[in-house]
Amino acid sequence: MEYIPNIIFVILLIAGIGYFANNVKKLIRNIKLGQKVDASDQKSERWKNVVNIALGQSKMVKRPVSGILHVVVYVGFVIINMEVLEIIIDGLFGTHRIGQEYLPATLYGFLIGAFEILAVLVLVSVAVFWIRRNVIKIKRFLSSEMKGWPKSDGNIILYFEVVLMCLFLVMNATDTVFQTANSGNVISQFIAPWFSGFEIETLHTIERIAWWLHIAGILVFLNYLYFSKHLHILLAFPNVYYGSVEPKGKFNNLDAVTAEVKLMMDPDADPYAAPPETADDEVPAKFGASDVMDLTQVQLLNAYTCTECGRCTSSCPANLTGKKLSPRKIMMDTRDRLEEVGKNIDLNKGKFVDDGKQLLGDYITNEELWACTTCNACVEECPVSINPLSIIMEMRRYLVMEQSAAPMELNNMMTNIENNGAPWPYNQMDRLNWKDEN
Amino acid sequence: MSEQLKVPTMAEMMTEGKQPEILFWVGSAGSYDDRAKKITKAFVKILNKANVDFAVLGTEESNTGDVAKRAGNEFLFQMQAVMNIEVLNAYEVKRIVTCDPHSFNCLKNEYPGLGGNYDVIHHTQYIQELISTGRLTLDGNTYKGKRVTFHDPCYLGRANSVYDAPRDVLKKTNATLIEMKRHKGTALCCGAGGAQMFKDAEPGNKEINVLRTEDAIETQPEIIATGCPYCNTMMTDGVKFKEKETEITVMDIAELIANA
Repeated sequence: MEYIPNIIFVILLIAGIGYFANNVKKLIRNIKLGQKVDASDQKSERWKNVVNIALGQSKMVKRPVSGILHVVVYVGFVIINMEVLEIIIDGLFGTHRIGQEYLPATLYGFLIGAFEILAVLVLVSVAVFWIRRNVIKIKRFLSSEMKGWPKSDGNIILYFEVVLMCLFLVMNATDTVFQTANSGNVISQFIAPWFSGFEIETLHTIERIAWWLHIAGILVFLNYLYFSKHLHILLAFPNVYYGSVEPKGKFNNLDAVTAEVKLMMDPDADPYAAPPETADDEVPAKFGASDVMDLTQVQLLNAYTCTECGRCTSSCPANLTGKKLSPRKIMMDTRDRLEEVGKNIDLNKGKFVDDGKQLLGDYITNEELWACTTCNACVEECPVSINPLSIIMEMRRYLVMEQSAAPMELNNMMTNIENNGAPWPYNQMDRLNWKDEN
Repeated sequence: MSEQLKVPTMAEMMTEGKQPEILFWVGSAGSYDDRAKKITKAFVKILNKANVDFAVLGTEESNTGDVAKRAGNEFLFQMQAVMNIEVLNAYEVKRIVTCDPHSFNCLKNEYPGLGGNYDVIHHTQYIQELISTGRLTLDGNTYKGKRVTFHDPCYLGRANSVYDAPRDVLKKTNATLIEMKRHKGTALCCGAGGAQMFKDAEPGNKEINVLRTEDAIETQPEIIATGCPYCNTMMTDGVKFKEKETEITVMDIAELIANA
């Protein structure tokens, strides 16, 4: 009988971590639906980015208010979660505050004291975040793509953090042994008096309930991640690593196009030659992207990493002037479609069955794609190195090269370049006339 | 422009057996657009004044393909690029300067993958170099104390992190440089990039160039300085839209320096 709590704990832990691991497997499978990219170059630059941008939050603090509050929550969350280690050991072995027993009293007191202070700072920050979203109504949280689930999602995460922090503090406040030791209870000593009228037995029960709810809450939160925008707390790191290390203006040259252009320009090429033999299952390369499978694995990782903060959209010139384009929506649509494809695969025993839908058209419209000025403001803004512009470009390529669906004025411009080497209908031979004009 | 500009072509240079120190890539806008041609000529005036041994490709230059690429037409871009690279490599070009940040970005970042490797710089960087090496001197009075704000071209600034060269050069004119709220990395696009120059904007509630011009007007400038022919057009149109053309002039940095 005395091992029942340990057994329940093990079951809870295995269920919580197991379900999460299962979803992580799905997530990896979904990302792998994308095209492979070689990111083996510039390793030191990539690690530098992880240290500065992801760990160091260098881009977050460019907007100081949300940036600094975010650092508090981030640091608080990471550090307070060290406490989870103790909880897990206690839970598995039926000990109570194993750290108190084995660590020097001053060190343990210092650690828990620091956790308690951070917990309060996190509570304050989260409260400000909630006010920014729901009372001040900062514009980037109100865009059309933020209606419904994305809006609730943002708030649910804040509620989670409040509950977890409160449970941690209550757990400490009602732990009579811990309070008697009077070391590290910097905050909880002020909460303890709220419970002063209770019997010792009741206090113990409250402490146990808080303890169990705290660990259960953490496991629920862990599993909530996969269904929410909050995956960035894990994916920001790989995402920054795989983010571009090239100048932002450098767009990739399509290799499939290079092969064809080289052939066209080769005077020795036989115009009647049959295309080279390819393996039977090899589909000819598609130019650009119309669905998530055409995007790269990095672009799909980008989609899962996006936490919908909207800094991109709030700096997008098209969006600022009332156009439909929102870089954040591009990322959200990509993820939604990828999830849809993933569910399709789950339902059809591991194979994707054409559902007559695609990212282009069913999620992202031509109007959005053509509104982009390729100015890179969204790329510059993203605190975790997401590149919405690269997705827009791939879809434009599909529109132009596979569908010939460019706006008419652009077709005229391109015809001019083809015919006379300039976007306007001027004669190539007049190119140097300016030198003699007054 | 009263004085005769000296604009040698690579072909002429070659027949004389000479190799210029730098190739001036004029670009399509700089060659054909009336407003941009003035920038081209101002820059040549600077090159002549500093006795720079340069040349242009003239009728052998063709569009970089940049705008086609941003529009999604990778085929057309690569066709143009391969053609231009053939010409540039035949002349053994090593160093290129251009007044167009779009050509700058494309030549610098996207040509190497197709076999075109050159040291490419923007004209504001080259002017900075000419001044710092003492080849170009400014009298420093023309713009003394004038309120100038600089609009960062996306393909110079964010795309290639060149923020200081144009500002350094502007300071050399003794003008008072006032920054817009959105500048450098957070600068707002003029609205012309990504092939928008050649099409109407999608439905919205404002034109981007008007919003950007409002940013500039907030600084109460006498001159809006740019470093891109397309930005120049957009900002000029914006100033006209706001009916400020009597108070504010839009000038390329090359034009400012040519008169300084």
